[in-house]
Amino acid sequence: MSDYIEGIMDTECEVIDPVEVKEEMIVRYPTKVARKRAKQIVLNRIGEEGEVPPIQANVRTIPGIITQRGCCYAGCKGVVLGPTRDIVNITHGPIGCGFYSWLTRRNQTDADASPDGHNFMPYCFSTDMQEGEIIFGGEKKLKQAIQEAYDIFKPKAIAVFSTCPVGLIGDDVHSTAREMKKKLGINVFGFSCEGYKGVSQSAGHHIANNGIFTHVVGTDDTVGAGEYRMNLLGEYNIGGDAFEIERIFEKCGMTLVSTFSGNSSIDGFANSHTADLNLIMCHRSINYVAEMMEKKFGIPWLKINFIGAEATAKSLRKIAAYYGDQKLMDRVEAVIEEEMLPVKAAQREVRPRTAGKRAMLFVGGSRAHHYQELFSEMGMETVSAGYEFGHRDDYEGRKVLPSIKIDADSRNIEELEIHPDPERYRPRKRPEEIEKLKAAGLGVADYEGMMPEMKEGVMIIDDISQYETDKLIEIYKPDIFCAGIKEKYAVQKHGIPLKQLHSYDYGGPYAGFAGAVNFYKEIDRMVNSKIWGYIRAPWKEHPELSGSYAFES
Amino acid sequence: MKRADAKTTAAAAAPVTKGKEKKKGKENYRPTRNACKLCAPLGAALAFKGFSKTIPFLHGSQGCATYIRRYLISHYREPVDIAASNFSEEAAIFGGQKSLLLGLENVCRQYRPEMIGLATTCLSETIGDNVPMFLKEYRKGREDGPPVVHVSTPSYRGTHAEGFHEAVRAVVESLATAPETPSREGINLFPGMVSPADIRHLKEIFKDFETEVTILPDISETLDGHLWSEYIRMPEGGTPIQKIRGSGRARASIEFGRVLSGQKSAGKSLEERARVQCFSLGLPIGVSESDRLFQTLSELTGHRVPERYNAQRERLLDAYVDGHKYVSGARAILYGEEDLVIGLAAFLSEIGITPVLCASGSKSGLLKEKLSQVTPDISKIQVEEGADFSDIEEIAAQSAPDIFIGSSKGYRIARALNLPLVRAGFPIHDRIGGPRIIHLGYQGAQALFDRIANALIEKRQSDSKVGYGYM
Ligand code: SF4
Ligand code: SF4
Repeated sequence: MSDYIEGIMDTECEVIDPVEVKEEMIVRYPTKVARKRAKQIVLNRIGEEGEVPPIQANVRTIPGIITQRGCCYAGCKGVVLGPTRDIVNITHGPIGCGFYSWLTRRNQTDADASPDGHNFMPYCFSTDMQEGEIIFGGEKKLKQAIQEAYDIFKPKAIAVFSTCPVGLIGDDVHSTAREMKKKLGINVFGFSCEGYKGVSQSAGHHIANNGIFTHVVGTDDTVGAGEYRMNLLGEYNIGGDAFEIERIFEKCGMTLVSTFSGNSSIDGFANSHTADLNLIMCHRSINYVAEMMEKKFGIPWLKINFIGAEATAKSLRKIAAYYGDQKLMDRVEAVIEEEMLPVKAAQREVRPRTAGKRAMLFVGGSRAHHYQELFSEMGMETVSAGYEFGHRDDYEGRKVLPSIKIDADSRNIEELEIHPDPERYRPRKRPEEIEKLKAAGLGVADYEGMMPEMKEGVMIIDDISQYETDKLIEIYKPDIFCAGIKEKYAVQKHGIPLKQLHSYDYGGPYAGFAGAVNFYKEIDRMVNSKIWGYIRAPWKEHPELSGSYAFES
Repeated sequence: MKRADAKTTAAAAAPVTKGKEKKKGKENYRPTRNACKLCAPLGAALAFKGFSKTIPFLHGSQGCATYIRRYLISHYREPVDIAASNFSEEAAIFGGQKSLLLGLENVCRQYRPEMIGLATTCLSETIGDNVPMFLKEYRKGREDGPPVVHVSTPSYRGTHAEGFHEAVRAVVESLATAPETPSREGINLFPGMVSPADIRHLKEIFKDFETEVTILPDISETLDGHLWSEYIRMPEGGTPIQKIRGSGRARASIEFGRVLSGQKSAGKSLEERARVQCFSLGLPIGVSESDRLFQTLSELTGHRVPERYNAQRERLLDAYVDGHKYVSGARAILYGEEDLVIGLAAFLSEIGITPVLCASGSKSGLLKEKLSQVTPDISKIQVEEGADFSDIEEIAAQSAPDIFIGSSKGYRIARALNLPLVRAGFPIHDRIGGPRIIHLGYQGAQALFDRIANALIEKRQSDSKVGYGYM
């Protein structure tokens, strides 16, 4: 980066007062809007007991504020169900919704891993609703669409996703699904994930969790081979992350029963209830399944994080400690030792160029937290962060769950009532054992959230708008900004590189050990790119240059 | 083990349905598999981006705006702000008036736009929100606020192409004034959905004809801009609002698109209301369609065609001759918006390539007729309206093509058939430079010609066992 830009940043850095920044960000809003946003923009403080200030989250974006959030349908179809290769997903609605969610998340899958080789991910099925259906109803066409998908592909399962108009015209996707399930003899299930439900894609995650749990989990009791049998929840295999995690698992001698839902097959979901332990990567999108599996089948869950080499090592140790098995612990230690060698070397290589630089992360419901690990491994500091669709527990930790107020927007998202399965409920650990693990600091069924791990005084901003983003970078001029493609080009206009953490800018994997090395290199390349030094033409930088021609002197 | 992106095997899982008994329509419905069209509000938002400091605003749920932004951004690689009234479940049931009014107010405060382009989504259309009435309400006490132009864009009635044209028409109809005394000056140009590079080229052409032009819309700067050395709220560029208002005083209008010529349009509406004569031309791709443009300009302006365009034309024909052996006889699969397909077909026919399939997701009912005006032998062309990529895949597999020409969305099929894809139109999200692709005029034809010829040559080179390095 040129001295010119660095110079500006250094001087401005010293005088940035977050309180003023906050003021400035909301000053143009009408009073009511400003008051609301003020609760979603919080300066971090860490109390004596590790408590953090409350932040308002998971509330509706005010009309006219340009949010980066998507809709319920996007969370249900795009995020949770999209990465599963062998379910035919049919979007019931007009064409746009289906088109825009057509493999844009870059999930990868390994179709050869299923014996039937089914992979429907490159397809985008839509009932492509026309005016006639809007007026007279679309169930008939939906049935035809399911029938056609069956005739062509003979899939194991078909899922139907409702978009906004569906709820209003009164189509009953569930009864249609039931009818077709009976007729075709395969699993057919529907989701009422109309885009206006809830406040963001988060509602769709919940609806997807409920649907998979009701219609798929526990439908196959076969207990597969392997030791240390676990499910990995909330890992979507963007850029091949799951492949790297699978590699590490294999090396440690651990068995993955299923992944929800990166590189996944519906068969994995069907017998996921036979696992010993659930591991949660993205707490936001999938904690519901973990909770329900615990209640119904007695499977405990652990929050882990495979983003960051240190975090990966820590997570592996946590798993080993859960099993409390010396053989596993030894193996995990050996793997960590071996894998950390190249990681350390890569850190040494990049640190001189990356240390001290500042990052901002505004993404997802977990990545804004997880990726801070990778930055700190490079000596970089996170100066501001926030989620697009997180809830308070993702910020402040699950201990605030009892105090979260359920507003009108969330009330309509069904909470399933789950009871222990009469035959298959089998607590994997006795209550005393769980208590012992907790006492040893293992955090069973707990997530501490992002804020307790961040510095004092950093700005935490929930559901940051495009407008606030512009303000923030104008003032802070961070060295790198992490978000998605919607923010990318606006941020880069200011001469600040943006790393996409939804789609990884077509890079990755960034998970695990190999992924960490990839990430260091990528960030090093981005924050030290020469381009930013050329932004101003020399004659604009030194106006006198353009005025003094040789013949004049 | 094969571990590629999920894109790997488009064909592996899918035996394509045999036979084409499936004309889409009420009688014989078939769901859409891999659509070859986008939704109407996307087209409207794109058009609105071409007017000065205009913020597109979708009346409906936020999800549509988010999806549409991400799609436009992945092609243009520029910021695209689109606001929405962010419906809640309550709004979805009881109507979106409150959300709309609050939304408009907030957008004005944050962005201080010169105009707001309001398009409806399927949701607010399904509910039947009375938007014109809401807007009347909004106007009260805000008489000197920026104009809010409303266009109705339910996607269950049209595609992005219709959304685009309807938005342009709405802008002109709500802003352009009919002059009392005819003081005819300048020319309006309605270019349709062309690239920023195309629009820059068109501007040059008008400049060389020494004629004032109002391009509606003009995305040449707003969607292909530069880095900002200081902070700007909204990108510079776009048709100035004053010029839109003045478009009723123009000497004439030119609109591109043979299909558009058979539909309601901004140009024709202006002709009716303000007696600005509208000339409908095909999208000027290739020699003949470009000739029509230059001839029309020459007649309208009274200037001879500037020398540099004669030179460009001659250079292009020279290139046609030189490259003839590489392209002639080739068979192409064409898909995209109807008018783009027609323009490309006209061009391909000139250079001896048969567009064996001309497909579009739109359904104007005019595609075949208009294609027959620009291609020598329509019987050799399979024309598909309302097509999706599963249709295209099926037909392509049976028609021995050599090359695909269209958006990135054809990539999987081209790859499965091991054929080159020359990218044109929208969306192009697997290459950089989509907005800089030039299609129009002799210069556009030149660029397309070189790219197509080279793609065919490259294919032959890479298929060749010996490998040859000299052409
Ligand atoms: S609901 Fe309509 S407007 Fe919204 S994305 Fe879907 S098709 Fe487009
Ligand atoms: S119509 Fe609804 S479901 Fe479709 S993209 Fe828009 S918000 Fe989402």
